[in-house]
Amino acid sequence: MIGSAVPRKEDAALLTGRGTFVDDIHRPGLLHMVYVHSTEAHALVTGIDTEEARSLPGVLGVWTARDFADLPPRPSVPGLERGYLAGDKVHYVGEPVAVVVAADRYTAADAARAVRVAYEPLPVMATVADALAPGAVPIFAPLPGNLALEQQVTPDDVTADLAAAPHRLRARLVNQRCAGTPIEPYGVLADWTGAGPTVWATVQAPHRVRAEIAERFGLARHLVRVIAPDVGGAFGVKSSFMPELFLAPELSRRLGRPVKYVETRGEHMVHTYHGRDQIQDVEVGFDAEGRILAMDVTITVNIGGVPDPVGIGLATLTSYMLGGCYRIPKIAARYRSVVTNTTPTASYRGAGRPEASFLIERVVDLVARELGEDPADVRKVNLIQPEEMPYQTPFEGIVYDEADYPAALDLLLGELDYAALRAEQARRLADPAAPLLGVGLSTFVEMGGFGPTPLFEQFGYLGGWESANVRMQPDGSVIVLVGTAPHGQGHQTALAQIVADQLNVPFDAISVLYGDTAVVQEGTGTMGSRGMPVAGNAVRQAAVEVAAKARTIAAHMLEAEADDVVPVGDGFQIKGVPEATVTMAEVAVRAFKPHLLPEGTALGLEHTAYYEPKNLSYPSGAHGCVVEIDRDTGRVTVLRYVCVDDCGTVINPLTARGQIHGGVAQGIAQALYEKVAFDPGGRPLAASLEDYMVPGPLDLPSYETHHIETKSSFNPLGAKGLGEAGATAAPQAVVNAVVDALAHLGVRDVEMPCTPERVWKVMHDAR
Amino acid sequence: MRVEITVNGQPHTREVEPRLLLVHFLRDTLSLTGTHIGCDTSSCGACTVLLDGVAVKSCTVLAAQADGRAVTTIEGLAGEDGLSPVQEGFRQCHGLQCGFCTPGMVMAATALLAERPDPTEQEIRNGLKGNMCRCTGYQMIVESVRWAAANGGAR
Ligand code: FES
Ligand code: FES
Repeated sequence: MIGSAVPRKEDAALLTGRGTFVDDIHRPGLLHMVYVHSTEAHALVTGIDTEEARSLPGVLGVWTARDFADLPPRPSVPGLERGYLAGDKVHYVGEPVAVVVAADRYTAADAARAVRVAYEPLPVMATVADALAPGAVPIFAPLPGNLALEQQVTPDDVTADLAAAPHRLRARLVNQRCAGTPIEPYGVLADWTGAGPTVWATVQAPHRVRAEIAERFGLARHLVRVIAPDVGGAFGVKSSFMPELFLAPELSRRLGRPVKYVETRGEHMVHTYHGRDQIQDVEVGFDAEGRILAMDVTITVNIGGVPDPVGIGLATLTSYMLGGCYRIPKIAARYRSVVTNTTPTASYRGAGRPEASFLIERVVDLVARELGEDPADVRKVNLIQPEEMPYQTPFEGIVYDEADYPAALDLLLGELDYAALRAEQARRLADPAAPLLGVGLSTFVEMGGFGPTPLFEQFGYLGGWESANVRMQPDGSVIVLVGTAPHGQGHQTALAQIVADQLNVPFDAISVLYGDTAVVQEGTGTMGSRGMPVAGNAVRQAAVEVAAKARTIAAHMLEAEADDVVPVGDGFQIKGVPEATVTMAEVAVRAFKPHLLPEGTALGLEHTAYYEPKNLSYPSGAHGCVVEIDRDTGRVTVLRYVCVDDCGTVINPLTARGQIHGGVAQGIAQALYEKVAFDPGGRPLAASLEDYMVPGPLDLPSYETHHIETKSSFNPLGAKGLGEAGATAAPQAVVNAVVDALAHLGVRDVEMPCTPERVWKVMHDAR
Repeated sequence: MRVEITVNGQPHTREVEPRLLLVHFLRDTLSLTGTHIGCDTSSCGACTVLLDGVAVKSCTVLAAQADGRAVTTIEGLAGEDGLSPVQEGFRQCHGLQCGFCTPGMVMAATALLAERPDPTEQEIRNGLKGNMCRCTGYQMIVESVRWAAANGGAR
């Protein structure tokens, strides 16, 4: 079954309106919780008048920070503990200041509007430049210069290498702030009955959420049940520990009734954490062929108004991946995470790695431009060769698995018909009536399969392994419990395919369950492209054990040695004796008959496996983008988008294609459309889907997808992961194409998003 | 106020607040939770239903405005013979991932095919321009609709 494009098990319910998303769940006596959000970017809170709100019929109460003073803080950066609501001070527009509970959502919204908050404004620092300026007001007392973290990632000093390099160039690249914008916003429903709460939530790691809730409330974990039901997209933004995860259970406990919170889209845009937002200063030394000899990188990250424990350190991952798929002997990298009066930033699809890929892919193009070489040739000179794999990068512990980067690039150039495109580009350049043509390449590598436990512990997780229980029923059907919590990736389907192969059981006889801490053994979750490389291997390992036991039982039934018994059709036979067979269903029943089992065989036919990845995996590939730019308006149109992807073993080509498409779509969106902007006063300029340009069907092209399948030796399945590959590869493919189209004007860079306005201005200024 | 709305062929008479949105009437009053809410600016189309056969965003229609009219939601699409061609097309062509935009997308596609039984790619993209999907990048949705067009259409 591995490798077949079977339609998904998930779809029947989702297509008929019978999915179960958090907001679809009703409980008797359900109450609705709504926040009052700060309207100020930086201010002292001098008073909160809740009287009018409380007096509205149907309102059960209004609570402010001091009402939750007894709860231990949310998961926080040590020394910068964050509570659930802003207290005496607000740090960004959208920070929750108070919370209202009412009998229905309309009344709750009315009441939230009736709460009056008095502010005494403070100077606003909406950009890192403002926050780092000498004399800037500290946003947090323990951070006098608004610097939350300064990290030297490599001890390499490349000053001498840069000085010795035949050529050098510098660039400042901006990776703008984006909002994850899953179409389902964040939601929580908590029902505290008896000794602890049941919490349905739009989360990516239910066991971790359970642990955090249990810890806050001083409960043993078995008393807390967290369920991630159907989740309507997440893209990393549903992995942050939002205050509602704790406030809804606490208010349910206090009120003795179930409490639901579902954010509005307007809230999502300012309240749920954003991603990216890096400024990258790079200096690179290279030789006459474009061979990169050394690179020095300083990254400045805007982590927003309340440091998030993941967001604060994401640039570590950016640093690790700075070399891309190139043989760069020396890299010096450091970063600064800066607090500003904006919404906090944390994970968004790729979380730190797309920023690295963007940097190095833009740098390679700049090097090519500087030398007057073709960007494809400069890539070829620098690419790590297949025989160098596994490849030790300059960063300790960052070792790339098997891949053939040059083959991916060659396949891409062939599919693009690169030479013909260059000819067409020249033709159009000579014809003032023709729109400009640009071709952009992105030979990317990212980091997937998160991750070995020591790495994942740094992000607060119990481990980086994943768990699977594979259990055969007495009729030969199979139930799989897996510790991931997918939200569109199709794990029910892909994991069933893996089990079908190992157990020789029909795909339709396998069900995969996840997302419920009361049902599933300890698990980790879905993020970091870990579904197939980690969970897939856990499932595989559990299935291998079950298959081995089934074979032992079959051998006993056939009165043969296990080694002489082989799987055939729907069961087993003695090797070379076609009439000596038993079916899997017969074996399954036998597994529950203690008196008929071989000596010492435990009852039942199931196994729980915890798979710990030895290493991260490194999905890679080559993407190419062809754009057309209107000479009069600066409007960019993507004419073709071609992907060559190497995610290792492809479990299901249909869902794999979907993952690539979705990631590329988000990457193109970052390159052309999306930006979370703030005015100098910290007021969000992208507070709704009218202002934040999530692309619609007319804004995105068709994608041409191709695979190279280089299996990873780092795990038995050979899978590398692919949830984040598209989003990692695409922005720079598009931007390189845009810059390529304008190169004749002397344009070196166009900042994302490459809107018509910005492109027109760049063209205009260059003339 | 009192409204009488026929939903998926079934008449419902209810006392509602004048400001109640049709989407909340469907989801909260009738417990038809297949219709989703993804925004508050009429941008995303997750709430798309058919009102007297025309695709509308039910977050932008008051329940009161639907009084005396007929609504079809995602729950009303599959017949005794299984999924509608559009639903089946989405399944065959992997036109959905998380499934949150899907009910709205399927309803909009159904309305599109009723009007244009054999749309081109561009016509499909144009017909679905009021619907956002954050997961698929749209191409497989386009393929799903084309599959449906070739296999029974709007039914
Ligand atoms: S919820 Fe109706 S358009 Fe978004
Ligand atoms: S399938 Fe997730 S938003 Fe469309």
